[in-house]
Amino acid sequence: MDLKDKLVSSFLAFESQVDVNHAVHDIRSEAIKNFETKGFPTKKQEAWKYTSLNNLQKKDFSVFPKQGTTLEYKDIKPYFLHEIDTYKIVFIDGVYSSYLSETTHDGVDVCLMSAALTKPEYRQVIELYFNKVASKDESLTTLNTAFSKEGAYIYIPKNKAPRKPIQIVHLATGNEAALMLQPRNLIIAEQNAEVQIIERHQSLTQNEVFTNSVTEIFAAKDARIDYYKVQNDNGNASLIDNTYIAQKTTSHVSVHTFSFGGKLTRNNLNFYQQGEHIDSTLKGVTILGEKQHVDHHTLVHHAQPNCESHQDYKGIFGERSTGVFNGKIIVDQIAQKTNAFQQNNNILISDKATVNTKPQLEIFADDVKCSHGCTIGQLDEDALFYLRSRGIPKKEATALLMYAFANNVLESVRIPELKVRINTIIANKLGVRVGFEL
Amino acid sequence: MLKIQDLHASIEDKKILKGINLTVNPGEVHAIMGPNGSGKSTLASVIAGKEDFEVKKGSVALDGEDLEELSPEERAHKGIFLSFQYPVEIPGVTVTNFMKTAINESRKARGLEDMPANQMLKLIREKSEMLEIDRKFLSRSLNEGFSGGEKKRNEIFQMAMMEPKLAILDETDSGLDIDALRIVANGVNKLRNAENGIIVITHYQRLLEYIVPDYVHVLFDGRIVKSGGKELALELEEKGYDWIKQEVLVQ
Repeated sequence: MDLKDKLVSSFLAFESQVDVNHAVHDIRSEAIKNFETKGFPTKKQEAWKYTSLNNLQKKDFSVFPKQGTTLEYKDIKPYFLHEIDTYKIVFIDGVYSSYLSETTHDGVDVCLMSAALTKPEYRQVIELYFNKVASKDESLTTLNTAFSKEGAYIYIPKNKAPRKPIQIVHLATGNEAALMLQPRNLIIAEQNAEVQIIERHQSLTQNEVFTNSVTEIFAAKDARIDYYKVQNDNGNASLIDNTYIAQKTTSHVSVHTFSFGGKLTRNNLNFYQQGEHIDSTLKGVTILGEKQHVDHHTLVHHAQPNCESHQDYKGIFGERSTGVFNGKIIVDQIAQKTNAFQQNNNILISDKATVNTKPQLEIFADDVKCSHGCTIGQLDEDALFYLRSRGIPKKEATALLMYAFANNVLESVRIPELKVRINTIIANKLGVRVGFEL
Repeated sequence: MLKIQDLHASIEDKKILKGINLTVNPGEVHAIMGPNGSGKSTLASVIAGKEDFEVKKGSVALDGEDLEELSPEERAHKGIFLSFQYPVEIPGVTVTNFMKTAINESRKARGLEDMPANQMLKLIREKSEMLEIDRKFLSRSLNEGFSGGEKKRNEIFQMAMMEPKLAILDETDSGLDIDALRIVANGVNKLRNAENGIIVITHYQRLLEYIVPDYVHVLFDGRIVKSGGKELALELEEKGYDWIKQEVLVQ
């Protein structure tokens, strides 16, 4: 049985675990129908031209998480940003770990999706927001919607901000030979609220893990959300990240995606601007080797006047790694005075690495500023010689140039400890001592 | 100190240097002049170890050691410094961080510990004041958006920081106004001492009024065709390069 059939047929078993009379279940039932009709995307579809899910579908994944695995914090500490105090929502093989987590209901809600989807006190919020911005059409999103049950739930009321950043960490223990996870996150910042979130997926063994994640983010008027995705998983982990963001007037949302690992990563990052004077920021650093594959598909939909979007993705590709960047910007006719910027710059450090990059602009307004630029190149030999002539060895000079290349993406990271951490990951990735700070 | 013997070098099979002989002793300043395309910058790059050029014949030695097998960084560790005609812009790396890295890598190569941070800062302050470099300038990205003059001043600042045994100044005067030229030349003169050697590559005599050479060589078509004292530079300024070309053709 292939993975699609397995998933569809296991929906019945899934229904025995959830409250089928809850309004959310109608949404799930609709979603599974859509997935059943569409199935997994194939390379014949334009949006999936460079990313194949064929191999994943051949694996015999366990689709229901098993309870009861415990981990010692000391063993997994490196996967947390532990230098600062944070709230933590931690899952082990898809199951919430209260022992490793630190949630709160003190003025803000930092807790579990399973609670929000079942308890009456959240019903109103769920009715207002759940599945309201996520696609009802895209097959992998609907697959997640069908099985939506667990994940992070973050609700920041008007004028509030949690005292510290929030980490969402998914750990896979390898207790299953192959495990499929489908976390579902809902994040809401009400008027003038503020929140910082760091998300990470980490498998602890070489056993196969396939994560199909959906995150819905709502930023009300004047809200500010900074979201950081750290993708540094090991070589048998695949991640499809579907993130949908709805922004209201004068809100700021930034998403930084740091892709340094994993076997196959697909980031579908969708911004929908639903007010004026909105600022959307999408930044990414991708550094890959081996046969790793990362595909960034971004969408920014400018639907109201006087808004801005800033996209800056940098990629460094070695060995046989492959990268994709597809940046779609839609500017509706009404969205005059839009400023939309998009940059995607790539360096290939191996003859066998490939990058496909494509801006996709659909502009229906006439008074707008839209700029885009894609580059694919090698490391600048003249710059390398310049640094070496000052006594900096080739390896360090190469690393320095790569740091420099990625630097303007790191500049906008607003958690200093995270910035240091990302720097360290990059240094380890490039195999150098960091003798300098940026 | 520097001994170049019968040096032939090519790039992509195009012969550029066709038998250069040059000896620089400690404490000496040599000027290399010549028309465009004569091979001046190639000579500088070959001494610094740029891998685009292939040495076909002859040798470059520093203190008796043949440099052929050495990488650019190893040459730098031995005390060779090239002030670039076109310094490369490197966004994202500040002048200060660049210098810290360069100094500490050179120290590491010599088996020394990193320079303590306070000592480094003191050195940076001292040398930047010597070249009248604004403090703000040091936290800017290396050469990014620098004017021509700022780039060249920054090169000499790096030279002052690295204290090389042999410095090659490749067209350091190009793109400089008279004030900047004076600052740069003063900086170079302060770095002159009995232990180091300097090669000044220039198209014009102007720089040599400020950095007075002990010897002047004329490079033409990949060879040094004439050598003399500082007065040779004046003669070139007056007569241009055509008479040299004529002389070479007659020979």
